[in-house]
Amino acid sequence: MEEIWNGFVQALGLIASRDPEVLEITRRTLMISVSSTSIASAISVPLGSLIHFNRFRGKRVLVSVIQTLFSVPTVVVGLLVFITFSRAGPLGELDLLFSPPAIIIGEVVLITPLILGLIISALSGLDRAVGETAISLGATRLQMVLLSLREAKFAVLAAVIMGYGRAFSEVGLALMVGGNIRGFTRTLTTTISLETSKGNIELSMALGIILLLIALAINVTLNRLQQR
Amino acid sequence: MKKPGYLYIGIIAVASLLLSATSCMTTTPETEPSTPTPAAPNTQTPAPTTPQVPEVPEVSPTPTPQAEPVAVAPLSPKNRVRVATTTSLYDTGLWGYLEPLFEEQYNVELDVLYAGTGIALEYGRRGDVDVITVHSKTRELEYVADGYGTERVPFAYNYFVIVGPPDDPSGIMDMSPEEAFQTLYMDASSSFVSRGDDSGTHSKEKAIWAAAGYDYADVQAAGDWYIEAGRGMGPTLLLASEEQGYTLSDMGTFLAYQGDIDLIPVVQQGAILLNVYSVIPGNPEVNPSINAEMANNMVDFLTSDDIQKLIGDYGVEEYGMSLFIPSAGSEPES
Repeated sequence: MEEIWNGFVQALGLIASRDPEVLEITRRTLMISVSSTSIASAISVPLGSLIHFNRFRGKRVLVSVIQTLFSVPTVVVGLLVFITFSRAGPLGELDLLFSPPAIIIGEVVLITPLILGLIISALSGLDRAVGETAISLGATRLQMVLLSLREAKFAVLAAVIMGYGRAFSEVGLALMVGGNIRGFTRTLTTTISLETSKGNIELSMALGIILLLIALAINVTLNRLQQR
Repeated sequence: MKKPGYLYIGIIAVASLLLSATSCMTTTPETEPSTPTPAAPNTQTPAPTTPQVPEVPEVSPTPTPQAEPVAVAPLSPKNRVRVATTTSLYDTGLWGYLEPLFEEQYNVELDVLYAGTGIALEYGRRGDVDVITVHSKTRELEYVADGYGTERVPFAYNYFVIVGPPDDPSGIMDMSPEEAFQTLYMDASSSFVSRGDDSGTHSKEKAIWAAAGYDYADVQAAGDWYIEAGRGMGPTLLLASEEQGYTLSDMGTFLAYQGDIDLIPVVQQGAILLNVYSVIPGNPEVNPSINAEMANNMVDFLTSDDIQKLIGDYGVEEYGMSLFIPSAGSEPES
């Protein structure tokens, strides 16, 4: 218990003193998680709508595959991104490995199936009558889709929040493709991992508490959006 | 239609995309003004303030390398060079200490990847890093012979040491390393924690088992007393301390962690315990993307008189002995 309390006190100290390294790591963590969630959402919302509102062969299989991808281990995605962007790999020329964009790409790959699956699920929960009524009142297909998304807003935002949570808490992938380089690719989670393995427990606790506070703040914000 | 919620989302999305785009194009300036001083090579104190001690002024007491202007073309700040390092050089804090010196001297961003000899060699083969610092002679020679590295340049050495619980339950104090391992194997009651991660230290451990007459596969299957940690040197020492077992460590990391672990050196003598660190620049002919110029600069840097002296002085004030013995370009006969 003492360690947790000391960690809490240290966290306050780090925040109050605006410790530059902690600020830098926090800024980077936010940048990476927000970017990857935004990109994944930008892909998933239209794609999810497309999949849901169209009939095609293999739709059920596709949805099953997407839901299976919810459980893909993050280190597996990390490994795939690593071998793709390694110099020895197909996209090595882009020189992206061991940099923040690599982590963002990895996280997008990781959370897109999650947000996509949950959006399809959200739209499936809508009463069919909503869409049909809109069409019968003269809405274009696009308007109907937008209206449905708006009706399912709560669940759609829940999907985004879920995706954000996964991106924000990512460790394994960030370590493998980012390299945990001081001053360049360290995030709050990878730093906690490193510091714990080196035995700096109280510092890790402090960073963990900061991490939780940020997660809380972001979720409160998104929640307010959700409740409108 | 009023859609204020979506407006917020849109703003966040665009803002973050812009943020990520600009971060891609500019380097993140190294905001740590930190250089762990020789007096605190590893912030292992019970209440560390930050992962690295941010004390810029402390750098000045140590002699800063008086390098004449290096003949390099003016580099854009985006220039990055990557070095993959064995964990013992990192856990002792040596890289944290040398990194800013190198960056300042060559006006480049140095990315230090905490790896382990095995993965460092793999990164080097793939061309993902420009230079490696490792300590496994046979594998290094093979690496150079295969063409992945241009040359192997030893730059420092120290000794491995077998450490164990203060009461030495297996009674191996002052035995030779081979004898000690035989005793541990036959005793099979005290834990032995292996790095288990294909690192330089792990290679040395396997070499000692071989010299003691054991097949490594038999050792791995010998029982629960043999623990394969799969971690770096610092974390492995912490694990050994928790288990109150024995482990093989390099002297540098052991000294750096000594205050936090309940282990003492039990076997320190033995020719097989020599531990030589080498720097190997990547070969641009095999991996054209490698920053060969900076890789060679790293070799020059580590073997330069000023840095050699700093390496030799590193840790003396805090631990009363050098963590590393400089040996620019050569290595002692074991």
